[in-house]
Amino acid sequence: MPVDAAPSPLAGVPYEPGVDKPDPILIVEGMRKAFGGLMAVDVHKVSIQRGLITALIGPNGAGKTTFFNLLTGFDQPDSGTVVFDGKAVSGVSPYRLANMGMVRTFQLTKSLTRLSVMENMKLGAKQQVGEAFLRAFLPLFWRGQEREIEARAEDLLSRFRLSHMRDEYAGTLSGGQRKLLEMARALMVEPDLVMLDEPMAGVNPALTQSLLEHVKSLRSQGITIVFVEHDMDVVRDISDWVVVMSEGRVIAEGPPEVIGQDPDVIDAYLGAHHDAPLTVAQEEQQLAQIEEAQAELDEPGTDAL
Amino acid sequence: MNWSSIFQQAISQAFGLNAVVFAMATIGLNVHFGYTGLLNFGHIGFVAMGGYGVGMAITTFGLNPYLGLLVGIVYALLFALILGVPTLRLRGDYLAIVTIAASEVFRIVVRSTTLAPLTGGNTGITAFAAPFYDLNPFTERLYSFGPFFYTGPNLFMITVGWPLVILVTVAIWQLMRSPWGRVVKAIREDEDAARALGKNAYWYKLQSLMLGGAIGGLAGILLAIGNSTVQPDYFVPVQTFFLWAALILGGVGRIWSPIVGSMLFWALLTITDGVMRGLQSTGAIPSWLMDGPQVGQVRFMLVGLGLALLMVYRPQGIFGSRQEMMLDAR
Repeated sequence: MPVDAAPSPLAGVPYEPGVDKPDPILIVEGMRKAFGGLMAVDVHKVSIQRGLITALIGPNGAGKTTFFNLLTGFDQPDSGTVVFDGKAVSGVSPYRLANMGMVRTFQLTKSLTRLSVMENMKLGAKQQVGEAFLRAFLPLFWRGQEREIEARAEDLLSRFRLSHMRDEYAGTLSGGQRKLLEMARALMVEPDLVMLDEPMAGVNPALTQSLLEHVKSLRSQGITIVFVEHDMDVVRDISDWVVVMSEGRVIAEGPPEVIGQDPDVIDAYLGAHHDAPLTVAQEEQQLAQIEEAQAELDEPGTDAL
Repeated sequence: MNWSSIFQQAISQAFGLNAVVFAMATIGLNVHFGYTGLLNFGHIGFVAMGGYGVGMAITTFGLNPYLGLLVGIVYALLFALILGVPTLRLRGDYLAIVTIAASEVFRIVVRSTTLAPLTGGNTGITAFAAPFYDLNPFTERLYSFGPFFYTGPNLFMITVGWPLVILVTVAIWQLMRSPWGRVVKAIREDEDAARALGKNAYWYKLQSLMLGGAIGGLAGILLAIGNSTVQPDYFVPVQTFFLWAALILGGVGRIWSPIVGSMLFWALLTITDGVMRGLQSTGAIPSWLMDGPQVGQVRFMLVGLGLALLMVYRPQGIFGSRQEMMLDAR
């Protein structure tokens, strides 16, 4: 169920792959990327509505992360165009994209371990005077700006409940805290579009909830969010629109409640996992069965030795 | 065995010209590896650039000696550009390969007979330092005070060199606590994270390579003037690894470690040398086991052993933080 009852700006948009959005912040067209003989990404068209949370889902190996890398400039497509905020950004390097307002996080968190949490945060701020070599020697040029940045970082840290860790090395944070830090740090860039690559991966359920709240609060600040996710519950909970990828292609688009019913999606995505355990108890039961079968198989093997 | 003489030599070496040159060069290496994470295995090449820059500017091109100092720095900066522009976009290991190769290529090229009119070939360049020594207030041949024992020209270079080393250290300290330093440290930790946050990692790595290279060049200038000569065969790859030894001894990425590491490195070399020679003269080390000239080699073995033990018992070096080191291992 979508959380807000307000009429979606996407009302009336047909539920089909590659459909145009009324106010797109990002438009991708004809994007292809092959690794050897494998067509990892072959996206005809995707447009992302401004100010909403768009989920990118798909089975393992569907090309979601590759697609992310292509969008954020970390990988170069074989062909295709990306338009961000009305500007063509194909082939633009990642740091320029970040400065234009498109910031990403990584599937494997990249906390800068031997910098303090505060330093991690301050790094994210844009247009720092003291980042120019010669001015760096003279604090009078950048001390004022540094204070402003620090205040903003303090504010974000307290929102993300990391204030007590501000002077610790980022490497001492737990996995979940690192996810929080990475998200908070991305916000220091003051982005218009945040791309989250599996923000919930490896995070315990309690923290997942708080991460979800943070993502939703970003939307209420007018930030557009695109995120890659595996967990359908999470997708149903927070996303306004879902794009489904399979084998490098976009196979379906629509609001989460519709996507859950789409036969193509069930086939490609849920179908592939329909025999997966639904609860922890069932999973344990299945594991026990497998172990039993394994033990039976092993016995004649030990005799042969 | 004459302990007081060994001690005197060790102290003199710890503050001597070798230690000055090493400290300066190691500051550059620390900028590269300690702060930016650049694997530079050819740092002695930058030192050579400084030495040959000043030497060639004065003897070969007949420039003003003070302009010659500038030429030394420019050589090192150009070397950094030539190495950095093609390799810094690639993974870190490529820089390591290219730096060690380039420093060796440079040494072999300048010592070739073909280039002898320019570079002096295998005898190197001499007779360029006189204008600098005109400023030398220490005109006597030998100076001895407390445990220190230096020749006049040496004392001159030391009194110029150490303040210069401190000055550069303070400048680097200031730089590394600025936002610029934050960016290069972030690149050391994770280049992609820095890029994702809008930092032009390539440009910062190039700046760092040039900065550390220029400091290496400055060390080369001190070396060249201090010895009044530039010899190609000083700049062999093993020198780079001595610089690394000094850096690791002090602690990677710490502001005072290049200075203290270099001083300790030279003091330890002198002490092991003195002790072994002493033991030989008393017959404690029989001549069939080790003869005089072999002491020079064995002391480096001992330094190697010492470094290995340091890695086991105190991998962070003297100034490093164990906690930080453990984070790195994750």
